[in-house]
Amino acid sequence: MDNTEKLREVFAEALQIDQGKVVDSLEYNSIPEWDSVAHMALVAAIDDAFDIMLDTDDVIDMSSFGEAKKILTRYDVEF
Amino acid sequence: MSNSKMLTGKVALVTGANRGIGRAIVETFAANGANVIANARTEGSLDDLCGALAREHGVQAEPLYFDVSDPAQVKGGFQRLLKITKQLDVAVNNAGVLDNSLLGMLSAKSAQDIFATNALGTIYVMQYAARLMMKHKQGSIINLSSIVGVFGNEGQVAYSGSKAAVMGITRSAAKELAASNIRVNAIAPGFIDTDMVRTLSEEKFKERMDSIKMGRIGTPQDIADCALFLASDLSKYITGQIIGVDGGMLI
Repeated sequence: MDNTEKLREVFAEALQIDQGKVVDSLEYNSIPEWDSVAHMALVAAIDDAFDIMLDTDDVIDMSSFGEAKKILTRYDVEF
Repeated sequence: MSNSKMLTGKVALVTGANRGIGRAIVETFAANGANVIANARTEGSLDDLCGALAREHGVQAEPLYFDVSDPAQVKGGFQRLLKITKQLDVAVNNAGVLDNSLLGMLSAKSAQDIFATNALGTIYVMQYAARLMMKHKQGSIINLSSIVGVFGNEGQVAYSGSKAAVMGITRSAAKELAASNIRVNAIAPGFIDTDMVRTLSEEKFKERMDSIKMGRIGTPQDIADCALFLASDLSKYITGQIIGVDGGMLI
């Protein structure tokens, strides 16, 4: 499984949505499942899955699935 | 329930662990079977203590040096913490600074430093600690407030303000984190025998002692015992509380 698939799975599980909905343009607060509370759970799940500790600024900036991938590249996760 | 080994299997981070209340807390946690991560600002200052705790209690005890008032250092600290453990059950925000100055003589720098460590440092550490706890859907965060945060005190406008802030921080975080089964409580110590109170004049010291109904100064162990309760599963249904540990002190 490549990292895009891995991240997609993490998003789907944390937000409790179908993997098909997890596309680059999926934005924070654009669906009821991805609200601020879910965002905290999502970030914890991403930390766990990729064994990293996201900076609080990156947590705030993670506004879409596409943006999440960009941010994770700074933590040596390759896409 | 036996009073011994109340924290077996838990991992606890304690900030400001090199002396006073923080040191008593980290020692008490280790004695109760917790693996401890002890934090202080000064590199090397906890190496001996951690070695001794590990030997004496057969637990993992690791020093972790960072300044809680600096968000970049807190982030770096937690990235190093992640290399030590993936599990965090308890976080004690004890690191604090005190500067007694009357309002008119309180420098902006001093006021900022006090709030940066006591209040903002508590927030920065909670941000990362809560995320680690969220993975396992359980945790206990214990913040150190103070009786002066409730009642105020001459010469402690900044200090008492920062400790009042800790109460608001505690109550709000408790509301946010309850759904993740992460509890957030604060201890408000009264007059406790630490380096901080040794800066008081003899007259002030006596005045304080006279205000304690139980007739004795508190010890760091009195605070550590309350922290032990809040860290343990005995307090599993308690969150958002500020617990005074002050021997009935009135100020």
